[in-house]
Amino acid sequence: MSLSTVVTWVVVICVFLLTIKPLGNYMAKVFTFQRTLLDKPFGWMENGIFRAIGVSRDSTMTAKQYAFAFVGTNLLWALLAYLLLRLQNILPFNPQHFSAINPLLAFNTSASFTTNTNWQAYSGENTMSYFSQFGVLSYLQFVTPAAGGAVGIAVVRALSGRKLGNFFVDLTLVSTRLLLPLAVIVTLILVGQGVPETLGSYLQIHTLAGQTQVVPRGPIASWEAIEHLGQNGGGYTNANSANPLENPSALSNVVETLTMGLLPVAFFYFFGAMTGRRKLAWTLISVAGSIFLIMLALAYFPEVAGNPIVNSLGLATHGNMVGKEVRFGMGGTSIFETATMAFTTGSVASAHDSFLPLSSLSFFIGMFLNMVFGGKGVGFLNMIMFVIITIFLMGLMVGRTPEFLGKKIETKEVTLASIAFLLHPLLILVGTAIAVHTPAGMQGVFNPGPHGLSEIIYGFTSAAANNGSAFGGLGAALPFYEVALGVVVVIGRYASIMAMLLLAQSLLHKKTVPETSGTMHTDTPLFGGILFGAIIVLNALTFFPIMALGPIAEQYLMMAHRLF
Amino acid sequence: MAKTNDLRLNKEYNLQVLKDTFRKLNPVKMVHNPVMMVVEVGTLVTLWFTFQASNPSSRLYNGLVTIILFLTILFATFAEAYAEARGRAQADFLRKTKSTTKAKILRADGGYDVRESEELQKGTRCLVEPGDVIPGDGFVVEGIGSVDESAITGESAPVVKTEQDAVTGGTTLMSDHLIVEITANPGESFLDRMIALVEGAKRQKTPNEIALSALLGVLTLIFVLVVVTLSPIAQFYGPHATNTTTLVALLVCLIPTTIGALLSAIGIAGMNRVSQVHVVAKSGRAVEAAGDIDTIILDKTGTITVGNRMATEFLPVSGVTVQELASAALLSSLADTTPEGRSVVELAQKQMNLTQLPETEGDPIPFSAHTRMSGIDLVDGREIRKGAVSAIKEIVHGSQDELEKLAEQIARQGATPLGCAMNGKALGIICLKDVVKPGLKERFRDFREMGIRTVMATGDNRITAAVIAEEAGVDDFIAEAKPEDKIRLIRQEQSEGKLVAMTGDGTNDAPALAQADVGLAMNSGTMAAKEAGNMIDLDSNPTKLLEVVMVGKQLLITRGALTTFSIANDVAKYFAIIPALFAAVPTLRVLGALNIMGLKTPHGAILSALIFNALIIPALIPFAIRGVKYRAETADKMLARNIFNWGVLGVVIPFIGIWGIDQILGLFGLA
Repeated sequence: MSLSTVVTWVVVICVFLLTIKPLGNYMAKVFTFQRTLLDKPFGWMENGIFRAIGVSRDSTMTAKQYAFAFVGTNLLWALLAYLLLRLQNILPFNPQHFSAINPLLAFNTSASFTTNTNWQAYSGENTMSYFSQFGVLSYLQFVTPAAGGAVGIAVVRALSGRKLGNFFVDLTLVSTRLLLPLAVIVTLILVGQGVPETLGSYLQIHTLAGQTQVVPRGPIASWEAIEHLGQNGGGYTNANSANPLENPSALSNVVETLTMGLLPVAFFYFFGAMTGRRKLAWTLISVAGSIFLIMLALAYFPEVAGNPIVNSLGLATHGNMVGKEVRFGMGGTSIFETATMAFTTGSVASAHDSFLPLSSLSFFIGMFLNMVFGGKGVGFLNMIMFVIITIFLMGLMVGRTPEFLGKKIETKEVTLASIAFLLHPLLILVGTAIAVHTPAGMQGVFNPGPHGLSEIIYGFTSAAANNGSAFGGLGAALPFYEVALGVVVVIGRYASIMAMLLLAQSLLHKKTVPETSGTMHTDTPLFGGILFGAIIVLNALTFFPIMALGPIAEQYLMMAHRLF
Repeated sequence: MAKTNDLRLNKEYNLQVLKDTFRKLNPVKMVHNPVMMVVEVGTLVTLWFTFQASNPSSRLYNGLVTIILFLTILFATFAEAYAEARGRAQADFLRKTKSTTKAKILRADGGYDVRESEELQKGTRCLVEPGDVIPGDGFVVEGIGSVDESAITGESAPVVKTEQDAVTGGTTLMSDHLIVEITANPGESFLDRMIALVEGAKRQKTPNEIALSALLGVLTLIFVLVVVTLSPIAQFYGPHATNTTTLVALLVCLIPTTIGALLSAIGIAGMNRVSQVHVVAKSGRAVEAAGDIDTIILDKTGTITVGNRMATEFLPVSGVTVQELASAALLSSLADTTPEGRSVVELAQKQMNLTQLPETEGDPIPFSAHTRMSGIDLVDGREIRKGAVSAIKEIVHGSQDELEKLAEQIARQGATPLGCAMNGKALGIICLKDVVKPGLKERFRDFREMGIRTVMATGDNRITAAVIAEEAGVDDFIAEAKPEDKIRLIRQEQSEGKLVAMTGDGTNDAPALAQADVGLAMNSGTMAAKEAGNMIDLDSNPTKLLEVVMVGKQLLITRGALTTFSIANDVAKYFAIIPALFAAVPTLRVLGALNIMGLKTPHGAILSALIFNALIIPALIPFAIRGVKYRAETADKMLARNIFNWGVLGVVIPFIGIWGIDQILGLFGLA
């Protein structure tokens, strides 16, 4: 490992470790309406909003009302986004005179951005006007992660024995108290690193070779800030964070990596602060953290070892650098990609398609599990889902009805959690099966053999996990994929969130059972180990066959000197 | 565990088990078990492919898979049939006593009609004469008689029943005659309940069982999804990338067949274990709740203590040896046949190392309320007296103060002092105490370890109560307890989210029994108490509550262990089947690298995994029937051990098992 890799990794991990506690505690203060420093600058604005929509800060909703408000608001945003994209040609701020977006792409894009997936079946710089980028997509990048975070906050409130709260209050507070201030800071840092922030039109440049080149620009720095802060991941340009204008330096790379993870990681501690079970929070952080480290190792070491075929030809010098940016190097690239897959951001700083098959397993793991911190709030919900299932499966072995946070886990909770668990593989496996089985689906596959199959699986997994990154090589702009993936992102986003909301409410209304030595403790290394094992085994059992057909087969074939 | 009267299954039952094993194959009956239903459908699919096979080797393979799948279902239905048969053996034994009963129904004119006991309605009065079987549950309205309850309790000593005592149908009157009022309509008696419960046929699923079934159902659905989508996905590599029979084999290996096959057997066997310790549970739910109990309220007298005061110590006054006092106490108690008197004799024997009782002649003086003393006037002129300390003090010269001091010291321990004197000379004090039943202290320690709090309820004053509580090692006690105090305690504990268990026998216990989450009524108790509780102990031994709690816990542990094992097993099966599944696709032959067990041929690998999957079911039947062994320890320790035993070993064992079966198949040329 090179020095720069070590420094990059250590810096990122240390910043996470240092921010977990203060940020988590700060969130707990904000969402229990205690005094914070930001009351002054934002309080009057929030009060204005609350007065306008007629809610009070401490009002509360039932799980059903909360879910309805969440889905209803999202639906409204999606419709609005769809309309605005369809009318792009007549709307202002369109210096490049891009035409209206076609209906299927507009559906796919509005569905994908509303669900915080940010799968892009288009390349931004050639399709979207400044208004569409800034007014529509960037707006959605702001509010949709706030909405997802709000649901997570409601669930944590319920788990801590409080009332769920009001969706609109939470939505506002996530935006004003978390996203907005942090976005301003990150934007300034990125501008300092040379990322453009302008409304001027694209630049015409005369290159040294005597040709003209168009350099797309725009309000990129602010876009990048919220793209990563909200685990959105939709790139301003097609190359996303591999584009030097989006991610110019090794430092900006670290900043963007950190920006993605700050809130999701701190969210776990927020849960600990709210419930007063900080040890449990650290246990869950350790479980997710160790999977993060495994993913990081998997994304790095095979790449450094390089492609065995290239190595055997004596050409290898720096491992597998195909598709990676020299300015980030192996270390910077691997931690950015691990973060983007773990936190379900989906922005990319390299071509995932060009990673060795074994390394690409790391990306799949991040999306299959969807709880290696995950998107803020939503990733935590998935973690809780696995905790409930694990407690029920293993907890019986202590001879009591399994309990979590002093609440008995019974039929209703188990059913809701297992339905939430079922949905993810359902979307991925059925989606892939249909794609492989229909000519329309196979039409989008540009690579033969296992690699082509991996591309399809990746597409559906990315959509189901609301990740949004692509494996390349898949014709995502085909009508089949625009529709199929659009449907998958919607189900993947809402169904499991609602199941978890209902689950949390069901737990809230249960009597608390006192803790005794007969209670299985969930805040111990033992339980952490069991949870880790259960998460790995349950997911391996679900996804091992398709992984065997995709990346695993490809890896063995590569070792047998066959490439695709 | 108490001694169980495990009824051996005879030939008749074996035949019944065999019949039921096949009868349960009926898809209509199988629907309640979605896991095994999937296997059944799979078997039909592979059977179809066996007949459709184009060449002999394919037919052989399809045929073998079909046979193994069929065996897998048979093992599952056998497990259930076997558990039910064990219950039925017990039930039939009970039913036999029941069906032969004739009832003598009293008419208004004093005569009686003979009817079948099944026709008895609530409120009917019956005459029971010596040798008659009591025709139904009820209570005695007239007469007194001794009843042999061995048919129900297994206890051979007859029990005396008098007015207002409850009697149970199926027991036999030994002497005198009784008039019994029937309190249960046909089909509602204890016997009926017990039969229904142990038979398990009309068993309702308990809450935890429903939750587990839901989870197993979803897991099965996921695996169906994985396997069903695998076929079209694999077609990426060509139209015939997968073989349907092999996919069915994969599916059956993955779905939790082990726990799916044994789940109902575990439940039935759990109820059976309860009835084997002679407790009738009115519902399975109550047994399951017993495992969750946080607090147990136990009466002191009769439950924690033996119930009779026993001599525990001799305390001589100065100038008298222990031997002298013991000797005098022994002589004075020889004629005393009360439990107290006998305990004095026993203690003295032990103290003096006597193996035989001394032969003495004398004139026993019986206890009278007037003198408050008893004793003996020996022929050699010695006059020995024992009795209330105040009475003894009056007949002795000197040592009064010392007697008083010793007596106080004993009273402070919660015990009763008994003075002893000879010829007007004070000898000392005999200490009488209600002693804690042997083994209970250890039991309570086990419970504390498992997080269960024991509370003793007693009518004694605080001092006495505190001493006994200390001796028994209970966590808390309520002294001078009235029935209302018990209810208050139960409500308070329940308001803290705790589950409470208690025992009781009197009518004034009934409200508390009804309020408790687990209320164990004594069979010797009143009808009201029996109606209020959700379990009845036929032996009327309140300590039995502890065993019921154990059975409840074991039930949950067994379910958890087998579920964990079932899922952990899947890891090895993947490594056996996935490489074999795609062996026919040239591009995917590289997946042979995943065959880490080195299984010889693709078909052999699949058959080995399937055979292992089938054989593990009968191998685990003993665990399902007897329950997983466990010891009293904290939840976290128990979890660590069970995770290793069932989770970690659950991953490792199938690797060895499948490899071994493959080796054996190789000997027959099948792998």
